[in-house]
Amino acid sequence: MGLGRFIVRRLALSLLVLAGLSVLIFLIARVVPGDPARQALGPRAPEWAVENLRKEMNLDKPLHVQYYLWVKGLLQGDLGKSLLTRRPVVDDIKEFLPATCEIVVFSALVMAIGGILLGVLSASYPNSWFDNLVRVVAYLGIVTPSFVWAVVFVLIFGYIWPILPVVGRLEMGVEAPPVFTGFLLLDSLIFGKYEAFGDALRHLILPSVALALGGMAQAARITRSSLMENMGRDYALAQVAYGIPWRVILTKYLLKPSLIPTVSVMALDIAALFANAFLVELVFNYPGISGYGIRAMLNKDLNAITGVIMVLGVIFTAVNIIVDLVVAYLDPRVRLLGGSQGG
Amino acid sequence: MVKGTSWQERLGRAWYGFSRNRLSVVGLVLVVGIVLLALLAPLVVPYPEHAGAFVDYANANLPPSRAHLFGTDVFGRDILSRVIFAFRGALIMAIGVLVAVVPLGSFLGLVAGYYKGTRLETFIMRLTDVFLALPPLILALAICAVLRPTLFNSMMAVCVSWWPWYTRLVYGMASSVRNEFYVQAAEVTGASKGHILFREILPNCLAPIFTKMALDVGWVILVGAGLSFVGLGEQPPTPALGTMVSDGAKYLPHLWWNSVFPAVAIMVMVLSFNLFGDGVRDMLAREEA
Repeated sequence: MGLGRFIVRRLALSLLVLAGLSVLIFLIARVVPGDPARQALGPRAPEWAVENLRKEMNLDKPLHVQYYLWVKGLLQGDLGKSLLTRRPVVDDIKEFLPATCEIVVFSALVMAIGGILLGVLSASYPNSWFDNLVRVVAYLGIVTPSFVWAVVFVLIFGYIWPILPVVGRLEMGVEAPPVFTGFLLLDSLIFGKYEAFGDALRHLILPSVALALGGMAQAARITRSSLMENMGRDYALAQVAYGIPWRVILTKYLLKPSLIPTVSVMALDIAALFANAFLVELVFNYPGISGYGIRAMLNKDLNAITGVIMVLGVIFTAVNIIVDLVVAYLDPRVRLLGGSQGG
Repeated sequence: MVKGTSWQERLGRAWYGFSRNRLSVVGLVLVVGIVLLALLAPLVVPYPEHAGAFVDYANANLPPSRAHLFGTDVFGRDILSRVIFAFRGALIMAIGVLVAVVPLGSFLGLVAGYYKGTRLETFIMRLTDVFLALPPLILALAICAVLRPTLFNSMMAVCVSWWPWYTRLVYGMASSVRNEFYVQAAEVTGASKGHILFREILPNCLAPIFTKMALDVGWVILVGAGLSFVGLGEQPPTPALGTMVSDGAKYLPHLWWNSVFPAVAIMVMVLSFNLFGDGVRDMLAREEA
């Protein structure tokens, strides 16, 4: 099976998953105890207003028709109106999602680079003080929820040693660039607002690191153990016997196969980043999709909830495809045999 | 499993495997300690009445002292007492979720693995794909959001996002075990499907299931803390660790003890169950070998 067929198969499977996910999310939004329209408007709204909202949300139609209309809207990019902001959910998501993506991308970079680097260093000097230090820190990183890191960071950098901003996306008084892509970093570069770029970057550091630490610890441990395993194989021992320098063995022969397990886990880790961003953004008062999502959840704003979750599902499925492709690149067995892990 | 040996001998071997790593023993001690504290909470905490809707403004916002080791919160409640009571909710959550999820998930995995190549297998495994298309925390958040926020509802929400992992785990093993000679022999002699599934295949999948269960306790507690952190778990005045961290974060840095001690409690809980789970893994891996 060539790479082309591998990709086609993978995409087809993802479409199936997304179709299933749309059913799941739709069902979740319809198991609300009581009348969603009544829930949204509150107990004191007049009956006619509730009735109008029921019509507007298609709640008066049979379930399968409701689903059909919802999916039809979904495919046309119409997720309905948010009851909270009174705007189309799509517009809300467009406004808030880029901020979260900036954090997640930044933090994925920190996670991948930091984790692999730490793993490689501790495998290069096994059982040294450095290796032991990384082991202890990794354990700490794995068991600490990211929102706890966030609180600790706010405590340290907000009050004890205030060198980095702990609130929001931009400092007050820094002129924001016009909204073009919604990505603050990109927009400020496009419009040449270098002050805003630097400031936005500084605001990203703490939330992203708080998010990244858990996955970074995991990546370091997996990279280390996988490298150690490959170092004991015959081909690596032969190269050591030939007197090839460690740096060359590492970068040229060992690293690529050793990164397969790390990268495979990375899909889950990036998913965890999106999930935990929900909690970390709250602590840093960062205007991302999570604050919007949580507010929608606490107010039972169904259109907004289903919209946000569906968009995250799509992003997450895309991340999975990308990670599978990277794994296929690293591991010829995957793309040749077409074996995908787990089912 | 080693058969034909006395239970003392098996226990001894199990302990040998478990205690090879000193950290596992530390984990075990901590887990036993946490469980005992949670069970005996009303007897051991200094101020049992502070676990509910208790108000004592005269003693509010006291920093850690001998009378209040972890300080008091804005209502004057002893934080140590509330942290220990919050262990209860966290443990109930973990146990409830695993008790519901493990049998269900494992059963589906068993069926899918045994009927590999049929429509049933395709259906079950694609279903796990759908449920795994969202991170567990986000799926649980969404479900909690539409239900009323209670401990039971948040447990249900986590269950919905957790079962597929067991299905996949058991599926992988069952689909290879079913080709073993002893399974084929059982089929040839006309054994019932129930016998083959539960007596021939399932026992060979138990070790990884138990390992995963032991390791999952900590992760379920972590997700539960995340849910209560945003206010979608156990509702006040019942103490929950995540809620205490997020409420306390409003009063940083002056009243730091409000969120720091519950945060440390979460870390200690997750760490203990992880160390313990590593020990269970070592123990069962040794028995397999």
